[in-house]
Amino acid sequence: MWTGILIAVAVLLALAVVFGALLGFAAERFRVEGNPLVDQIDALLPQTQCGQCGFPGCRPYAESIANGDAINKCPPGGEATIKALADLLDVDPQPLDAEHGVEQARRVAVIREDECIGCTKCIQACPVDAILGAAKHMHTVIESECTGCDLCVEPCPVDCIDMITIEPDIRSWTWEPPRPSIIATDRQGASA
Amino acid sequence: MTQLWSFPGGIHPAENKRQSTGRAIRKAGIPDRLILPLQQHIGAPAEPLVQPGDKVLKGQKLADVTSGMGVPVHASTSGTIIGIELLPVPHPSGMSDWCMVLEPDGDDAWCELSPVADYRKLHRDEVLNLIREAGISGMGGAGFPTSIKLRPPSDRKVSTLIINGAECEPYITADDMTMRERADQIHGGIKIMSWILRPERCVIAIEDNKPEAIEAMRKASEGTQAELVVVPTKYPSGGEKQLIQILTGMEVPSGGIPADIGVMCQNVGTAMAVYRAINRGEPLVSRITTVTGAGVDDPGNFETLIGTPARHLLSQAGFHPERISRLILGGPMMGYTLEDTSVPVIKTTNCLIAATEKELPTPPPEQPCIRCGMCAEVCPMELLPQQLFWHAKAQDFDRAEHLNLFDCIECGACSYVCPSSIPLVQYYRYAKGEIRTQRAEQIKADRARERFEARQARLEREQEETERRREERARAAAEAQKKKQAEAEKAVAKGDATDERSARAAMVQQALERKKARPAAAATPESATDKPDIEALEKQLNQAKGKLETMESMLDEARVAQADNVEKLERAVTKNLERVKRAEDALTDARKQLETEAGQ
Repeated sequence: MWTGILIAVAVLLALAVVFGALLGFAAERFRVEGNPLVDQIDALLPQTQCGQCGFPGCRPYAESIANGDAINKCPPGGEATIKALADLLDVDPQPLDAEHGVEQARRVAVIREDECIGCTKCIQACPVDAILGAAKHMHTVIESECTGCDLCVEPCPVDCIDMITIEPDIRSWTWEPPRPSIIATDRQGASA
Repeated sequence: MTQLWSFPGGIHPAENKRQSTGRAIRKAGIPDRLILPLQQHIGAPAEPLVQPGDKVLKGQKLADVTSGMGVPVHASTSGTIIGIELLPVPHPSGMSDWCMVLEPDGDDAWCELSPVADYRKLHRDEVLNLIREAGISGMGGAGFPTSIKLRPPSDRKVSTLIINGAECEPYITADDMTMRERADQIHGGIKIMSWILRPERCVIAIEDNKPEAIEAMRKASEGTQAELVVVPTKYPSGGEKQLIQILTGMEVPSGGIPADIGVMCQNVGTAMAVYRAINRGEPLVSRITTVTGAGVDDPGNFETLIGTPARHLLSQAGFHPERISRLILGGPMMGYTLEDTSVPVIKTTNCLIAATEKELPTPPPEQPCIRCGMCAEVCPMELLPQQLFWHAKAQDFDRAEHLNLFDCIECGACSYVCPSSIPLVQYYRYAKGEIRTQRAEQIKADRARERFEARQARLEREQEETERRREERARAAAEAQKKKQAEAEKAVAKGDATDERSARAAMVQQALERKKARPAAAATPESATDKPDIEALEKQLNQAKGKLETMESMLDEARVAQADNVEKLERAVTKNLERVKRAEDALTDARKQLETEAGQ
């Protein structure tokens, strides 16, 4: 009887050693650098790099979320981003934290070019290098690259930068969802 | 007899085509104003080549696309360009876009045309370029630039060319009438397109509800290699993918183009435009448009100049605005409501329906889906309209996309049969638009991330570089210090042989020598460059003085004019004053030095 028990223990031990070694090897061999969750979260953030969340850019905020920070600190992303993050992290969506700002329509920075004195302060502030110019020469914003983050407005000594809301035009227009349905008896009132 | 296949689903709505086939094609005439949108088809908008006030002739090129996909826009008649402005254009949004406004002079005088006597003598690319220069884009609906479509990717051989004369949508008869009356021109166009593509087979497909058109096309196709195929009437057999399935039994792969399976479709109107462009040299300045519906007394087809306002065209057919409930551009299935009758007819406008409430009643309110499954039965693309509807409504776009939302051709068959009158197609259009917007935003976000990371990397690199330079400097200084010490020690070691005092004396001697050497070294280069320096310094001083004078005069002027740059100028003047002073000082110093040297 004792031999039977000993054999069983020996076999289990041997198995444990083999699989332990296998797992240990796999953990080394297929190690994932960095936290893949951070990349996933970062991909959902709008990449405005505005810092309204209190972090210096979208990636630091993504790292913080991965470590358990709240998901409702991103005003440029708004409800859509919160919903996507909630789906990804399997948590309840929360309303946007008003402390960090409110959701607004997409904007773009525009420099009033005849007032620009060429101080390069906005160029240094732009997180995505979307402002073009040189010292003592007029600067301009590359509209297609501007994320509308607002960061260039404050450093400008002559206040020549405006944030302009992008109006929908015929090329960016898309179909609206059908209007919420009304019941048949409401029709008279609705069409009047 | 050619073998025919069928496509799944489809519907048989009331045709309502007879109203507009009673009369021959009429000319719509020249309106008071022609409005020519710069963008009339898929692709990039054209850029104007004319300015307001320019006199233009019919057929003259007014705008062209310089980069990107597109075709030029031509003057539809002779006259004067009176403006380039934002005006309402035919678009489901009802928004405005840039248009050129042409005031006709009534002469309708053509510019010089250069017809090609025998296109076979030209290179294929030349003919394609002529088609592009004639401004031809697909006349069937979407308006894809024809010259690009006729040049399929080099690895795809088009073996079947299909000429689409099915015209399956109710009310529209523009292609029908074109085939009846202009079969020869259509055949001329087919010949040119066949010559460009060299297909093995060329099929003209017409629905069996157009016997006159079939007869006319048969007569014209006698003796040619094009085969005429009569297809059963069913909506939407005129859809590109459906027609291909009927004629070849093959399906266009999801996300692919017909050229992927060796097929190409061209509309009969496009064929006619190609014929006119090559054989007569005429660019696309007019098209056949159906005007129908119970809101007009005299429905029919009109040869309409591109840019003719809908109002003018409707009035030609005896329009009664008070009778209509809706004005529809396109067909009743796929068209959209026009809010404004000032919008122009463009290259893709095939039909205008002035519909009364009785004809096309306002759709009843949407009711809940009862899962009857009729939409799935009629869907010609074999999609799951119900599922798509739920996901679109719940804004669950990923799932809708997963169920091949983008294969939907928006034919409207599902909405037509829905007993709950759910506007299904509108949901799909909305979902497609949202997905496209999200994709564009994602691309933009990715680019922003890339730029942000690149900038971070650059800043780090710069930081590292300054750090490294500082370290290098520190190291160099430390080394120099060490060397000096080592030398001193060596000297001490040498002197060790005698005694300590002599060693110290040697060190002192060394220090003295160094001190002597230094002023000599400093003096030598200076004295060598002293002489020319004076001249240079004088020049510098004069320049600075001159600049100061001009600046002061500018400042005075600015002060008199009270310009707002006074402050800037003042600053500049003080700076310049300093510069002049420095130059003067440098000059006197140099002079003094020279004198002392001369005295020695």
